[in-house]
Amino acid sequence: MAATPTWNQTRRAVIRDALGIGIASGAYALSFGAISTTAGLSIVQTCAISILMFTGASQFAFVGVIAAGGSAWAGAATAALLGTRNALYGLRLVSLLEVAGLRRIVASHLIIDETTAMAIARDTPKAGRLAFWATGFVLFALWNLGTVIGALATQVLPDPRALGLDAAPPAAFLALIAPRLRAGEPMAVAMAAGVVALVLVPFVPPGVPLLVVAVLVVLYGLRPAR
Amino acid sequence: MIWAPLLVACAACYSLKLAGLSMPQRWLTNPRIQRTVPLLPVALLAALIAINTFSSGRHLALDARAVALAVAGIAVLLRAPFLVVVIAGAATAALVRLV
Repeated sequence: MAATPTWNQTRRAVIRDALGIGIASGAYALSFGAISTTAGLSIVQTCAISILMFTGASQFAFVGVIAAGGSAWAGAATAALLGTRNALYGLRLVSLLEVAGLRRIVASHLIIDETTAMAIARDTPKAGRLAFWATGFVLFALWNLGTVIGALATQVLPDPRALGLDAAPPAAFLALIAPRLRAGEPMAVAMAAGVVALVLVPFVPPGVPLLVVAVLVVLYGLRPAR
Repeated sequence: MIWAPLLVACAACYSLKLAGLSMPQRWLTNPRIQRTVPLLPVALLAALIAINTFSSGRHLALDARAVALAVAGIAVLLRAPFLVVVIAGAATAALVRLV
């Protein structure tokens, strides 16, 4: 049996992991900043999204819908739908975090894929709590730093299309969902969603195909079990 | 006008996070909800990929972005890091437009 790690060792490991995932996310935020300003949002708007929304997939979707010519309201609806999974994460974290009052207000903002994964992967609740807060704060700082740099970088670039920046969002989305596509059902759902969206494109205003896909997948998911 | 929907989206995303942490409601633990919620991001992101790659405005289109998506897909299969996948996609589109 391996020796139980001391609290100091555990703490170091947690902080190291938090920095690692924070740096990776900072790099990811670079592309968010660049894609957002290329889609036509200002630097202030781009930074406001990273500070206030702070949940990657929703942020990319919001600017992705606008980049594709959809209305910002359709982008907002898509972002909110993508944010529903954070509610499930919160539910899982309630008993671990044991937060109330101001700490709950702050903790809520930090509930995203990465902090949840890091928190529930730890062996003890104490280490889990540290992992949540450390990952949350490091990621929030580097995510916003990356966003600013990415947004500023596009200001000095001549033509975003010549650099292929309009092809960046689909590549980013693909990298985001790839880990979830290993199972058969999500893969089939993804394929069907893509086909349905494209079939609708010529007939409805931009942004609407996404909402139709959302309704269909909810109906599919909530269907009665046979 | 982007600010109003932007702030509404931020408020909605925050409310969802807070809801999970403050109101552990029965329906959130319902198996059907548990099954549906993870499928939403998969379906929406897949639809976004399709739209951002194969359409321009309200027209379907097949251009450099399709090649870019294929290259990004190969990068994903090779387990390349996120930023490499994004750069591979963008660089491919830029190259295809050059030739």
